[in-house]
Amino acid sequence: MQPETLIKVENLSKKFCKDLKTSLWYGVKDLASGLSGNRNERELRPKEFWAVKDISFELKRGECLGLIGHNGAGKSTLLKILNGLINPDAGKVTIKGRVGALIELGAGFNPILSGRENIYNNGAILGFTRKEIDSKVEEIIDFAEIREFIDMPVQNYSSGMKVRLGFAVAAQMEPDVLIVDEVLAVGDIGFRVKCFNRISELLNSCAVIFVSHSMPQIARIGTHVMHMKKGVVNYEGNDIAYGLSLYHKDYTIEETTVIGRDIIIKSFALLDKEGSEKATFSVSETICLKLDFVNNSDYKDYFISVVIMDANLNGVASLNSLNENTKMNKNSYSTEVRFDNVFTPGRYAVNIVFTENINSKKYKFGKTLSNYRSLTYFESIGGALVGTVPVQLNSKWVL
Amino acid sequence: MELETKVYQKENNLRIGKLLKESLADIGRSRFLSFQLAKRDIQAQYRQSYLGIIWAFVTPLATAFVWIFLNNSGTVRVTDTGIPYPVYAFSGTLLWSIITESINSPMGSTNSAKGIMSKINFPKEALIVSGIYKLLFNSSIKVLLLLVFIFVFGVGFHWSLLLFPFAILGGVLFGTTLGLLITPLGMLYKDIGRLIGFGLGFLMYVTPVVYGIPKSGIMKTVMELNPFTPIILTARDLAVGMPPAHLTYFLIVIACCIPLFFIALLFYRISIPILVERMSA
Repeated sequence: MQPETLIKVENLSKKFCKDLKTSLWYGVKDLASGLSGNRNERELRPKEFWAVKDISFELKRGECLGLIGHNGAGKSTLLKILNGLINPDAGKVTIKGRVGALIELGAGFNPILSGRENIYNNGAILGFTRKEIDSKVEEIIDFAEIREFIDMPVQNYSSGMKVRLGFAVAAQMEPDVLIVDEVLAVGDIGFRVKCFNRISELLNSCAVIFVSHSMPQIARIGTHVMHMKKGVVNYEGNDIAYGLSLYHKDYTIEETTVIGRDIIIKSFALLDKEGSEKATFSVSETICLKLDFVNNSDYKDYFISVVIMDANLNGVASLNSLNENTKMNKNSYSTEVRFDNVFTPGRYAVNIVFTENINSKKYKFGKTLSNYRSLTYFESIGGALVGTVPVQLNSKWVL
Repeated sequence: MELETKVYQKENNLRIGKLLKESLADIGRSRFLSFQLAKRDIQAQYRQSYLGIIWAFVTPLATAFVWIFLNNSGTVRVTDTGIPYPVYAFSGTLLWSIITESINSPMGSTNSAKGIMSKINFPKEALIVSGIYKLLFNSSIKVLLLLVFIFVFGVGFHWSLLLFPFAILGGVLFGTTLGLLITPLGMLYKDIGRLIGFGLGFLMYVTPVVYGIPKSGIMKTVMELNPFTPIILTARDLAVGMPPAHLTYFLIVIACCIPLFFIALLFYRISIPILVERMSA
């Protein structure tokens, strides 16, 4: 059976006002025009801008659209319209089936009341009936793993316990359309695994739209990706890696910062095997880093480290020349290092650190002579997006 | 199974019949939610307090005591009311507090749900209904106290007392309708809420709350035109067993309130997305 289209968005637009007083006054006008049916074409009034402009897409059951874009790109606004919280200024949304939103966990909790009472409060707001909650309350308590404290006022809960309870209630939803905003997994690691498992169950039976700034997460669960920029769709389709690369390009490349002037890099280049300069490497391709530097100091023993960092500035791999036992004088040097591109698709920054080499058992680390942060960038393409780990080793299997 | 289809677009459906049907269907569907919200607020209110229920009637009681004192000490001469003055004053302030609470209720409920309204889609009508539940709960406590007054001051039981709850319901309906009508604007501008509080303070003195309608003069005309007057007077008359002199006006006011209430409800329904957009948290 062909999966049915559950979400259909046609030329959706929404505008917002930059100024509070004007916004309120427009609100009064909108109230009045709401009474006359809102047939007029909406145009930008002074101080307004399009927060979402002319968006169209469709989503079937079993599909999962990852919504990416930097802050203020209109993602949350789009979710609010899809969830029916605000009305569009143009265009149309058609949604079939029950809509579940994982946007705010624990809505309707009253801090003074006990966890058990708040299960009913939260459940009621999420649209459960009393009977449904009665039959699920034990399951919810078990899922949240807080049976011991379930009759304690929620204000004495730790924030982790609160979100656990909130998620446990929300996890009971059986929606056809699921809208998720950055709250995919909460709590400690053990609980997060449970969250992910529950969400994966939902993924298969729903049409899902989710917003996340975690690209690995998008890569892991999205079947489609939509990249938004200033309210308009920049890319929509199922080439996740391409969508993610657009997202990374949105960010102004961090400038190189230099700490320590003992060694100065005169020039550098990323090359391929043949020696031609490039910045994009496909998976398993050899990356060649060429460096020309000058030693200004009296230090003679040194080694070079290269640290590769992912888009979130987490170090993901490093290599060094410690075993080469290199010596130098006050001179210019040229060096070259080669390594394989083992990285999953995305953008990576290269840091170069020159460190004094101490051949002593007592001290492992010498002085940092120079540290070039974000010296250059390269992009890895073509590899499979599996899981969330940035490095994929070449492997041989016996199965 | 056929899935329910929702359409969101700019244009509003203005067929009142259909809109009203949807609104009522939402009220029906959210019976549990409205009950649960009311229960939550009432429980929370009383769990964090030792005096609990006393706070429900301490304000009308205090106002009544001030007037009883003013009257007994001769500072203010109130014309004869036909019943013991403490009963008159207390029933007045109490009914007045029920009406003002009703007026403030829709805006209060909506305001306190601001946070979740911008995050979760639920039938907003439930907020209004839960407000009414809370009003009825608070009112019934006040009425119990009034009964104590009636018997302690020797007014005694009259059969009309059985109709008294209907008059209270009328008062709640009247207040909620007024409150609901101004809620959309009040959610946008804080001025509205302040004006209401301010205005009600004055309005009490042109309503027979702590003194009756004078025999003549401009005050008589104003008080008799004031739609709050028949609500208070009819309810009080029924409670103490006097013939309700303003029954016709009372019925007219209630008859106007019923359609107005539904109009206000529709206006509220249409306004919510606009309000959420302008205030979103």
